[in-house]
Amino acid sequence: MGATVVVGMSGGVDSSVAAALLVEQGYRVIGIMLRLWSEEGREQENRCCTPDDMAQARRVAAILGIPFYAVDVRELFRDTVVQNFLDGYRAGITPNPCLVCNRQIRWGHMLEQALKLGADYLATGHYACLDLAKNGKVQLLRAVDGKKDQSYVLSMLNQKQLSRTLFPLGGLTKQVVREMALNYRLPTARRSESQDLCFLGGEDYRTFLTRYVPEAASPGPIYDRDGARLGEHEGLAFYTIGQRKGLKISNPEPLFVLDKKMSENALIVGPAEQLGQQCLETEGFNWIAEESPAEPFAAEVKIRYRAALAPAEIQPLENGNVRMVFERWQRDITPGQVAAVYLGRVVLGGGRIARVDGRRTTAAPADERAA
Amino acid sequence: MEQNGSIYLDYAATTPLDSEVLDAMLPYFRENFGNPSSIHRFGQRAEAALEQARETVATALNARASEILFTSGGTEGDNLALRGAALAMRKKNGAQRILISPVEHHAVLHTAQQLASDYDFKLDFLPVDRYGQVDPEDVEASLRADTAVVSVVYANNEIGTINPIAEIGKVCRQRNVPFHTDAVQAAAHLKMDVEADQVNFLAVGAHKFYGPKGVGALYVRRGMKILPTQTGGGQENGFRAGTQNIPYIIGLAESLRKAQLGLDARREYFTQLRDRIIAGVTASIPRANLTGHPTQRLPNHASFVFEGVDGNALLMMLDLEGFACSSGSACRVGTPKPSEVLLAAGYSKNWALGSLRITVGHDSTPEHVERFLDVLPRLVEKARS
Repeated sequence: MGATVVVGMSGGVDSSVAAALLVEQGYRVIGIMLRLWSEEGREQENRCCTPDDMAQARRVAAILGIPFYAVDVRELFRDTVVQNFLDGYRAGITPNPCLVCNRQIRWGHMLEQALKLGADYLATGHYACLDLAKNGKVQLLRAVDGKKDQSYVLSMLNQKQLSRTLFPLGGLTKQVVREMALNYRLPTARRSESQDLCFLGGEDYRTFLTRYVPEAASPGPIYDRDGARLGEHEGLAFYTIGQRKGLKISNPEPLFVLDKKMSENALIVGPAEQLGQQCLETEGFNWIAEESPAEPFAAEVKIRYRAALAPAEIQPLENGNVRMVFERWQRDITPGQVAAVYLGRVVLGGGRIARVDGRRTTAAPADERAA
Repeated sequence: MEQNGSIYLDYAATTPLDSEVLDAMLPYFRENFGNPSSIHRFGQRAEAALEQARETVATALNARASEILFTSGGTEGDNLALRGAALAMRKKNGAQRILISPVEHHAVLHTAQQLASDYDFKLDFLPVDRYGQVDPEDVEASLRADTAVVSVVYANNEIGTINPIAEIGKVCRQRNVPFHTDAVQAAAHLKMDVEADQVNFLAVGAHKFYGPKGVGALYVRRGMKILPTQTGGGQENGFRAGTQNIPYIIGLAESLRKAQLGLDARREYFTQLRDRIIAGVTASIPRANLTGHPTQRLPNHASFVFEGVDGNALLMMLDLEGFACSSGSACRVGTPKPSEVLLAAGYSKNWALGSLRITVGHDSTPEHVERFLDVLPRLVEKARS
């Protein structure tokens, strides 16, 4: 009998096929599904762990003949992921809860449980690859299917976590995974995939924030860079850097959100040519190899999950932060999001964007102009 | 009972169907399939079987046949007794209060809470001691002039403690307040006698004593008023409408008859296994407590709390090692909420979250118990780290 693997199951097609592949490869497989937090009364709508999803995952486990357990992490999820999300908006930044969840819940509590159960590995249905570098360190790589690549949301994991991880789908395309689900006769996910946050349960995040962080939803002034008052915003939490729509200001040229001033509850807007910045600095940085390069180097950076890779110089600072100077200005570097650094297919790591500076000094990249 | 190498130690969750009970049920699926409400002979044969089953159940509980209602199980019996009695009493004399113990099964607790939140009843809780046991004197002291119904579990499912039902029944009888007891766990192991116990309502479910799932009985003392919660064709004297599930009712009657007849023969054997588990666990595992009463407990039931242990994780580990146990109630979405029963018995959250229940049954052997005791200390230690 091969090694023991706990598969984090969600009832969706990806984790189901991941479990099936591991069974086929001779692993001793155990399915675990996390029950995450939803607001009271909205459990039916949670994106990844409704009773419906749970039933689906149980069916898959029964078809595969593997044991299946539900692990309730609602309290932990609320106290870490949701709290971090609310605190972020309270502080005027735009957090990415999925990365917090991966680091603290999936590769925190779930990995711990897996190891306690005697498992050698934790596997998930993420599209990403792992490789062993010559120095014995585990490397995180982009998935073969570039469209599905999810390495960004894994960029905050460390060696201890990744050395216990398997990503069975990293070398496959979504198309192939769907076909495999049919071949394995697995019930496939019925719902279309959504990019919404699971715990919002399909609700607009603005409505959610209004309930939990009313102060971030309180109206205030809109200024331009010169301090002229142009109008009123509905609450800073409702705007993101680079946003154009919904400002409700009539102006001869289109205006964009440039900045938020928390101290004054003010939104700063300006014309397109004022948009964009060239540098960012992270607060700490998770080097997956667990050592920070000594010298600046050229690499590519992803400043949010769906952003394109952008060439930049990476400057590790002495305090552990990392400064990134982009070759070309970026339209919407957003504090709170994670900047992940790529060298070819390899993810070197990620860090939360704390500061943005360096007004644009170069011409806009071609695709930005088109946009 | 062993399956894929797994040893079943969760007989309080459910039991396998007794093969003689199955044999008794089978003719009522195809040969004798009639509707007992029909006039023709198909119906008459079904009705005869139904009434024979009612007689059998009544005999087993020392009741009259007319006092037995068939239900879909213990939960429905608890619901019908509590809701039915509370609403009927309010209609009769304006009674407003419901008095229950804090160690009731959710079938009682949640019904009482719904009556409080949606039907304007006041819900009072009895105190319990550290074994989760109710003192009849506390019942006496807690009864009010406007108490509509009292409910105390006969034997608790999580910690196995048996309550002094006859004494509580006596107190309620003196004060003329309807008294319900959930005997779902107790009926498998203790002599049931509704007269000696002076209860007004008593609920059982067949699958706890080697009968089929989805069928139970509710004893309703003659003269008791309850408002039906399921209305329709007037079956079961109008208290529980719906065509009776004849084969399952036959199964219920036969399994209850066998259970009550075989009590004495099995008690000693179960008690030996139980006490071996209790001695083994408390001797080999540090920071472990027996929960529930050391002697006044179900003969097949051993339950513990381990300080600083994730009870849900322990159950998964046990399952993977081939032992089917429970944390106390068969709740599969392992809620990390401490059980109300353990909190009521005075355990802190850090202890109460680490609960484990082992319940033996017909197919349990001393060898099963020894194998279990061999692995448990290691797993508890792992679940603590």
